[in-house]
Amino acid sequence: MLKTLGKICRTGIITELPPLSDESLRVVDALQSRILDVLGRALCIRAVDAGSCNGCELEIQALNNPLYNIEGLGIRFVASPRHADLLMVTGPVSKNMEVALRRTYDAMPDPKLVVAIGDCGCTGGIFGESYATCGRVSTVIPVDVAVPGCPPSPRQILSSILTAITKAVPETSRLRQNV
Amino acid sequence: MALQRWFQRAAQNSESNERSGIAGAPNVLGLAVSREEWQQAAEHVATGGGRLQALWASRDREGHDIVRVAFIAEQGVLVLSLEVPATEVHYPGIEQWFPSANRMQRAVADLSGLRSTDPDTRPWLRHAAWPESFHPLIDTHAPISPSVPVIDSYPFTPVEGNGVHEIPVGPVHAGIIEPGHFRFSVVGEKVLRLEEHLGYTHKGIERRFTEFPLLNGHRLAARVSGDSAVAFSWAYCQALEGMAVAQLPNRATWLRALALELERLANHLGDLGAIANDAGFAFGLTQFSRLKEELLRANEKALGQRYLMDFVVPGGVRADLSSTGVRFLIDSIESITPEVNELRAIYDDHAGLRDRFVGAGVVTPTLAAQLGLTGLAGRASGQAFDLRCDLPCEPYGDLAPKKTVRSEGDVAARVAVRFDEVTESARLMLQILRELPAGPHHVAISLPDDGCLGVGMIEGWRGPIFLALEAGAAGMIRRCHPHDPSWQNWPVIEHAVIDNIVPDFPLINKSFNLSYSGHDL
Repeated sequence: MLKTLGKICRTGIITELPPLSDESLRVVDALQSRILDVLGRALCIRAVDAGSCNGCELEIQALNNPLYNIEGLGIRFVASPRHADLLMVTGPVSKNMEVALRRTYDAMPDPKLVVAIGDCGCTGGIFGESYATCGRVSTVIPVDVAVPGCPPSPRQILSSILTAITKAVPETSRLRQNV
Repeated sequence: MALQRWFQRAAQNSESNERSGIAGAPNVLGLAVSREEWQQAAEHVATGGGRLQALWASRDREGHDIVRVAFIAEQGVLVLSLEVPATEVHYPGIEQWFPSANRMQRAVADLSGLRSTDPDTRPWLRHAAWPESFHPLIDTHAPISPSVPVIDSYPFTPVEGNGVHEIPVGPVHAGIIEPGHFRFSVVGEKVLRLEEHLGYTHKGIERRFTEFPLLNGHRLAARVSGDSAVAFSWAYCQALEGMAVAQLPNRATWLRALALELERLANHLGDLGAIANDAGFAFGLTQFSRLKEELLRANEKALGQRYLMDFVVPGGVRADLSSTGVRFLIDSIESITPEVNELRAIYDDHAGLRDRFVGAGVVTPTLAAQLGLTGLAGRASGQAFDLRCDLPCEPYGDLAPKKTVRSEGDVAARVAVRFDEVTESARLMLQILRELPAGPHHVAISLPDDGCLGVGMIEGWRGPIFLALEAGAAGMIRRCHPHDPSWQNWPVIEHAVIDNIVPDFPLINKSFNLSYSGHDL
């Protein structure tokens, strides 16, 4: 126990806090305030692998490490699509995953956002369209933001979340007024 | 020794007939056999302590359907070929000696239309997206797909009895992981039976290979399973370079070994954190994901990529490593290793972790041998096999890695093997970085002849990666079959969870951490 506590103290808080002049990291600051403005609560993401090679999953998982510390920004990955605001999809959509992806999308409450991750999610990538894949994610469900890369870096994935949030503003505010 | 005779016959055969030779990985011999010999050889390999590495089918230049099997034994690798005439309905299955052959034979039926004598004729990779009459590796036209996606109904084996109920899980899982379906039959919390249904990430990789030029196929190979990109692309290049009779400069093979060990280290660090997290110890995930991120950033700084997707290329490696890069990687590895040792002491002393790890998901060495458990998980269950030690390719002969073997076969053993391999990988990398031979990192290679067959075998972090490559006309790929060790290990998880409680499944599953994409192809 002492060793564990000692290690925690020695590690300290290593989450990267950017200086204000760092453009690429300012995205993170802006991201947090936008989420608060738009949603007024944590953003919940449901990740679905619709047929990827698992490379993109590794970089999405990295967002949870203490250097990116995505939960510290108010963003959380959730286990059910019914709890999610944003659907993050990787891979060319395999025909064998097409129904499952549609059902996951349908299970999400409105308004819903979709981010397609990686070259495969954007265009079908190296696998293309074939007897076994539908290619890009947008052939199966509507996509708000697509992030290229093989795999894209955690920082690129973070900034894609911001882009999706920005697009969502009008519809979300409208819904709020209705409530 | 009945097994020895098959190797002798194959050796004589390759001396007398050069065309039947198989290039690529060290100690690979090929032999064409008859129906009777096919099963006889399988029996002799099984009784002689050999293991099944891969089973696949292809159609050769003349239009003959051939089913092939690769066995590994002490003597090396034996690739048997059996021609299946169109008049024969079934080729003889080998599942009675090698249970893991069951799914491989079903995949062959789905993709190539050749059926084995195995009574289990359920489809495996084919769900409902294309008709049974369409065989992606044989038929060149596009299948007539249903206009509306159809829901697949897979005939799971039902378990009946008082109080038995089923829990279906997947294909979409709760975490950020790949898709697959698990059907648990349980009483209370205890698992009576688990049946897996995979194939959800099937994206037609083997057919896609035939649209690639030989000199570009390594890019697709690297994306068979993204976490094993170096291992798959190296296996591809090994097969191709063997066929092209290319002699690689030492610096190229040493840099490949460096990349392979970096891949092993990154994955082991990730798993050591994630396994502890599944046992409720979030501290482990935080610490190990931090170390993994540091390593990936070192990769990017020294080699230009966080994940080394296209680092291994035909003829060598894509980019040389500068002396600054060498120093940078040495510093990074030297800073990570003592931290891993410190964390290992914390894991070993933690009563709660030990309680969850020890005795969970046990695969005894006897069961492991019967089912053909391989790779890292195999070494945690007494299966002392590591390609780097037992059939080393260059430069592993010079590096002489130490093999880690344990016999407990539980989650704790799979964690311990990872810790030992992290230490050994770090030692190998430091040796590589300090003794890196000078010279070019790449040579041009020529195109192999139409009809050549090559085999690549590389010990990835998960286990032995196998790849068979056939050259086609005009510099194209005729057939490429990549094989991930997950094929052998997935069925073993069904046994490992029996009598465990459902909440321990994620922990047990993570301790194997098998590939879906590498299996589904």
